[in-house]
Amino acid sequence: MSTTDFDLIVVGGGPGGYVAALRAAQLKLSVAVVEANHLGGICLNWGCIPTKALLRASEINHLIHDLGQFGFAVDNPRFDFQKVVARSRAVSKQLSGGVGHLLKKAKVPVFDGFAKLAGTDGKKRKLAVALKDGKSVTLTAKNLILATGARARTLPGLEPDGKFVWSYREALVPDELPKRLLVIGSGAIGTEFASFYRNMGSEVTLVEVADRVLPVEDEEISGLARKAFEKQGMKILTGAKLGTLKKSDKDVSVEIEAGGKKETYTFDRVISAVGIVGNVENIGLEGTKIVVDRTHIVTDDLCRTGEPGVFAIGDVAGAPWLAHKASHEAVMCVEAIAGKHVHPIDVTKIPGCTYCRPQVASVGYTEAKAKAVGYQVRVGRFPFIGNGKAIAMGEPEGLVKVVFDAKTGELLGAHMIGAEVTEMIQGYVIARSGELTEAELKETIFPHPTISESMHEAVLAAYDGALHF
Amino acid sequence: MAIDILMPALSPTMTEGKLAKWNKKEGDTVSSGEVIAEIETDKATMEVEAVDEGILGKILIPEGTEGVAVNTPIAILVEEGEAVPEGPSTAAPKAEKAEPEKAEAPAPKTASPAPQVKAPVEKGSRVFASPLAKRIAKDAGIELSTLKGSGPNGRIVKKDVEAAKAGGGASAAKSAPVAAYTSGGSTSTPHSTMRKVIARRLTESKTTVPHFYVSVDVKLDALLALRSQLNAASPAEGPEAFKLSVNDLLIKAAAVTLRRVKGVNVSYTDEALIEYNDVDISVAVSIPDGLITPIIRQADRKSLREISNEMKDLASRARAGKLKPEEFQGGSFSISNMGMFGVSSFSAIINPPQAGILAIAAGEKRAVVKPDGSLGVATVMTVTLSVDHRAIDGALAAKWTAGFREVVENPFTLVV
Repeated sequence: MSTTDFDLIVVGGGPGGYVAALRAAQLKLSVAVVEANHLGGICLNWGCIPTKALLRASEINHLIHDLGQFGFAVDNPRFDFQKVVARSRAVSKQLSGGVGHLLKKAKVPVFDGFAKLAGTDGKKRKLAVALKDGKSVTLTAKNLILATGARARTLPGLEPDGKFVWSYREALVPDELPKRLLVIGSGAIGTEFASFYRNMGSEVTLVEVADRVLPVEDEEISGLARKAFEKQGMKILTGAKLGTLKKSDKDVSVEIEAGGKKETYTFDRVISAVGIVGNVENIGLEGTKIVVDRTHIVTDDLCRTGEPGVFAIGDVAGAPWLAHKASHEAVMCVEAIAGKHVHPIDVTKIPGCTYCRPQVASVGYTEAKAKAVGYQVRVGRFPFIGNGKAIAMGEPEGLVKVVFDAKTGELLGAHMIGAEVTEMIQGYVIARSGELTEAELKETIFPHPTISESMHEAVLAAYDGALHF
Repeated sequence: MAIDILMPALSPTMTEGKLAKWNKKEGDTVSSGEVIAEIETDKATMEVEAVDEGILGKILIPEGTEGVAVNTPIAILVEEGEAVPEGPSTAAPKAEKAEPEKAEAPAPKTASPAPQVKAPVEKGSRVFASPLAKRIAKDAGIELSTLKGSGPNGRIVKKDVEAAKAGGGASAAKSAPVAAYTSGGSTSTPHSTMRKVIARRLTESKTTVPHFYVSVDVKLDALLALRSQLNAASPAEGPEAFKLSVNDLLIKAAAVTLRRVKGVNVSYTDEALIEYNDVDISVAVSIPDGLITPIIRQADRKSLREISNEMKDLASRARAGKLKPEEFQGGSFSISNMGMFGVSSFSAIINPPQAGILAIAAGEKRAVVKPDGSLGVATVMTVTLSVDHRAIDGALAAKWTAGFREVVENPFTLVV
């Protein structure tokens, strides 16, 4: 008989859950994972990773059609859409298997099943697990981490129907490339799908209820993103109001009101990307002191719920819904359980990346937000057109914008759009986490020639003036 | 070859100091033992003597620089005709935890000897703080070393400084403040280094040393009479002249008592009770921004005149901030005299690692019952002995205070 009693059980094997288990194993806690679907969670299987595989393909498609500027000529470029999708699935499968391997190496047992809180046994928490093979098992542990994640929010009339209306899930495994696609919601998920399908050749309309795309990003960056998307032929409707979908045999028509105009459009497919809801159902939260607020478990800054010994991390515990936030919470939470001194997360130090073309990345306060909370700001900007590497790469469109506290020199926020910015934002995240000021950033020597030099120049621009613009 | 002159550690608690003054210029010849610079620490101004001779090739730290960490190269000494190197051969000190318990921490490891410092030295301890925290602290006049860091590995971060600022009552809230009741307000003065040392040491003493107190009333008339007679015997002027204070006599009285009643001239450690062979009396001296305790060494063996002259010298240099570390560090027993302020009694906080301190209140005319039962008037002072109960029990403390009264009331022992 295998062990059923642990120091810690993690419910959910996504980037929050499996990282929690690995860290717990490192700290010599006895730990188990209960996973209902697939190790790696949404991130590895239906989120971050497979979308990056698709977006890479769409970038290549864009490049193939833009080879002339590099002196190439390719006759009749074409792709097999199903192979593009299959590659994305293979990438997910490989990584999910990798998580299984890591847990095995760390000797963390994984229970394939659905867990439910089932009261206490003395000081221990009981967990009833309905296993996939039909059996059930009761596990006990001193501590539980709920890392059950989230799923797409469905709005009435926009439920995925398996044919015309997709959530991210269907959008990742399309049967065919839609000719006319409507994407509802211009957050990171909607924008990435819009970018993928547009760069693969679909006619894409992106609608957003807010007055700009990527509404959480700095306004200036939003504006540049919109311009770039429109230049690529995307139709963008902001401040939009959506009518009821009218489905026919072969397509969907809908009336959209935007900019004071009402117009009816017809699409082959619709992607609904209007946010997510936490997975809080059927896991036994009822009757406990665990508080759920708008589908998310309420926690304190150390991920504690209302029940002693029960923690919640990642998407189910609320915004920002980012895998790296979940993983960081996982480590912090487990270290706290192990009695280590931990530091609560400051959300203004969590970077956000959107892998559309051009890429968008940011950390900290937008200029408007910084002003709204009362900072007197110093802003620096540097466009990619002044950067040698960007021009050599054929990526001259982009901007780095930094926001400093004029009083203390604190880097309040950094906002970037353009090639490779998702790989570069970490530089500013380190600066922000390490509480560097403009003085250290100015003194940092950036390698030449790199696009990252723009990050240095943006800092200089905020103070003495950029050198190359 | 070129020799780096390093910032010396002039006291066990010193981690940094102000390079107050250079007594030599670049190019000046320096001979061994010569005073080359003056350094201000939390406690005193100290002279730095050259160990080696040579030519002061380069001054690395200009005078007036504050917060120079111990072991930082401050200048380069070269030989005649030798080229002056651009920078020091040794790097600035690496971060190392302070080890305040080690009285004999090793001298800085450098290729060449540091300037002669007689006091025990200690490795510098670096304050870990983010650049942003440093800047905010500097702007707000907050001393970083007073803060406790909440960041990784105890690093001081913005939040800690902001909290200190808010605690100081002088910060403006970042977000729109809620209209609140406003009181008359307050002003906050950043602590001097000395104030912080006093706060830390006394808190440590009062929270870790179990104090208890024994008070006795002591008749002073005989001692006052003796003092008048002795002072009358002093030459009017000249090097032999003296003017004994009551305090001088009480220092000697305490020292004699410590010699007579064994067991109070001690320190408690976790492993053992340490009994000192010498009776070194630390005498609390009030100075403008705090207090300091210069030491009369071997006070039981010194004449009253020696004690008196030494005390005058120490007190005046203490007020000028010119004491050397060995003149105020150490000591085996303390005296705090507030008689001149007219207090009727008080109890003092032990100065660890010492185990006892005598609080002396004002001598005042009081009604006393004489041995024959009749009432009379005598000059009486109340003294209170604070002792570390781990080292000294009640009976011993009582025996000591009785012994002290005996000496003061029969003061001829002080002169023989």
